[in-house]
Amino acid sequence: MVVATDIGLWTIPLAVLGGAVRVSTPFIFVSLGECITERSGRINLGLEGTLVMGAMSGYGVSYLTGSPWLGVLAAGVAGAAMGALHASICGLPRVNDIAVGIALMLFGTGLAFYLGKPLIEPTAPRLPSIDFGWWSDIPQVRAVLRINVLFIIGVVLAPVLVWALRTTKWGLIVRTVGESADAARAMGYSVNHVRLGATMFGGFLSGVGGSFLSLFYPGSWNEGLSSGQGITAVALVIFARWDPMLCLWASLLFGGAAALGPALQSSGMTEGYQLFNAAPYVLTLLIMIATCSPKRTLVGAPAELSITK
Amino acid sequence: MKADVGAPVAPTAARKALREAFGLKIGGAAEYVIIPALAIVVSLALFGIFVGLFGKNPLDLYFYMYQGAFGTWFSWQNTLTRAAPLILTALCTALPAQLGMVIIGGEGALLIGALTATSAALALPLAPPLVVQIAMACAGMIGGGLWIMLAGGLRHYRGVNETISSLLLVYIALAILNFLVEGPMRDPSSLNKPSTRDIGAANMIGNIPGTDVHWGFVFGIVAAVLSYILIYHTVFGFAARVAGGNIRAAKVVGLGVGKLIMITCFLAGGAAGLAGMFEVGAVQGNTNANLAAGYGFSGILVAFLARQNPLAIIPVAILLGGIGASGGLLQRRLDLPDASVLVLQGTIFLVVLASDSLYGRLGILKRKTP
Repeated sequence: MVVATDIGLWTIPLAVLGGAVRVSTPFIFVSLGECITERSGRINLGLEGTLVMGAMSGYGVSYLTGSPWLGVLAAGVAGAAMGALHASICGLPRVNDIAVGIALMLFGTGLAFYLGKPLIEPTAPRLPSIDFGWWSDIPQVRAVLRINVLFIIGVVLAPVLVWALRTTKWGLIVRTVGESADAARAMGYSVNHVRLGATMFGGFLSGVGGSFLSLFYPGSWNEGLSSGQGITAVALVIFARWDPMLCLWASLLFGGAAALGPALQSSGMTEGYQLFNAAPYVLTLLIMIATCSPKRTLVGAPAELSITK
Repeated sequence: MKADVGAPVAPTAARKALREAFGLKIGGAAEYVIIPALAIVVSLALFGIFVGLFGKNPLDLYFYMYQGAFGTWFSWQNTLTRAAPLILTALCTALPAQLGMVIIGGEGALLIGALTATSAALALPLAPPLVVQIAMACAGMIGGGLWIMLAGGLRHYRGVNETISSLLLVYIALAILNFLVEGPMRDPSSLNKPSTRDIGAANMIGNIPGTDVHWGFVFGIVAAVLSYILIYHTVFGFAARVAGGNIRAAKVVGLGVGKLIMITCFLAGGAAGLAGMFEVGAVQGNTNANLAAGYGFSGILVAFLARQNPLAIIPVAILLGGIGASGGLLQRRLDLPDASVLVLQGTIFLVVLASDSLYGRLGILKRKTP
């Protein structure tokens, strides 16, 4: 093991690893939620707005009640409400779900900034974390292993969703609606109701992901809190081929990429770290370029999804 | 009204007259004016209720909004100055929309256009102002054009969804701008607010004579009119609309879809890049982080509200510019947060999209089918 006082260049990989765990959590929740929404055949591009709404309402409720977990719940409920709004407008005939998503992005961020104005000053109680690094003397290692509870919930949620989609009745209904709306209608299921449920579920998880931003890391509410995590997570679902487990791995990868800029900055780099802030977006774009093809539809894409049709 | 929807019942004389007045003559066009207008009225009502919940008087709200947007000559000029970049960024969404593409990266093209335009001006320190301004405009359009062409090319040649890629490019453009403004291109004397060196007072683009509105507004209108002509009165535009309607049919009749996509995306990005150039050349004087003021995102709303029609973009941009202009007055007089403009914009956007389902359903406007 390296000497405790000076770990030199190890700082950067350690910071990236720690960052991957911290930064990936909102990605995990948003991408898992969007995964379920998209499996039902609808895309919600408005999760950026939902994320910011979740961050604001989670912070507000945590501040007012003193309980961060109530804040997480409130964030989820606010997100589900945004999902319901998206689904009910998309349920009208001839309405384009991509456009509604863009509108919701604008509306959600606007509403969160409006309602969140008085919350910039006060400090709300934050979410706890579990210390897995008690065995180490190195502060950097301990910092990396201080893992937040939401991250653990997200990691557990991914296989649960895989199982639920594959084996439960609800999973089968969601997949049927996503693969063939006509078949679902013939079986007597209301396509709009199923998509409403799936979009609300996606909104709930995105809201929870947002509450992580305001209640754990960075752990305060301000208007620059989210910088496109919501929309990156939507792109990530495409990269992850609509598979919740792959969403989890992709989120971790992106968390690491997003942690690169701040890690370089804190290790003493004074110039050029701004370029590394673009790392997750460049990575998303490169991966989409590598995996998409103009000749065939993507493997695993729900047949009813408007962006891959 | 019910009879219209259901079985064909012979209309009464009065209704027949109405039909003739609206339904047959201008029925189709009237729908495109009445439904969006109705949507805006509904959004304003919803926003009034929202503000009312916070103990503000909605009537005060409407009064100050009108005052701040169109009430005085001063507010008119403020409104038109804000409308200028909105017309150009709206074209960035409306032009690719003819091909069935949803591009939402106008903000990124605006930032890149601002950067390239500033670079052009800084590279020509000794040239006469007119030369510098023309170089800035060309550089801005090329920069922005290539930026959106990248999204178009990825869509056509790699099948990458253009909505997501263009939005990712916004964040990448912002990172590039921050890097250059805080690093290589930084003016050492800009301490608190990092920015590039000024393009020079002599090179600044002036105002339309007799007003405080800069020339960008005129260029915006010219760009919108040219786009309209391009889409509706040229073979290129016709080909683009065919490809947008049915891409397979377009390929069958031998249209070069790739070329159509690339050129259209270049023009779209060029418009947004020009917006960035005017923000630098007529407002800011240099490139700094203030340029990311959300004009690119509001432009998406303008384009959708105008139903992607370049001529309709002009009045809609003025309306949205007015809403933006009234924000300051609402903040001062009613103590509303600056985000209230965003809330109203989001509400309008959602209501307008929901109103899409009304087309062809308003009995009174229904075209008589033989």
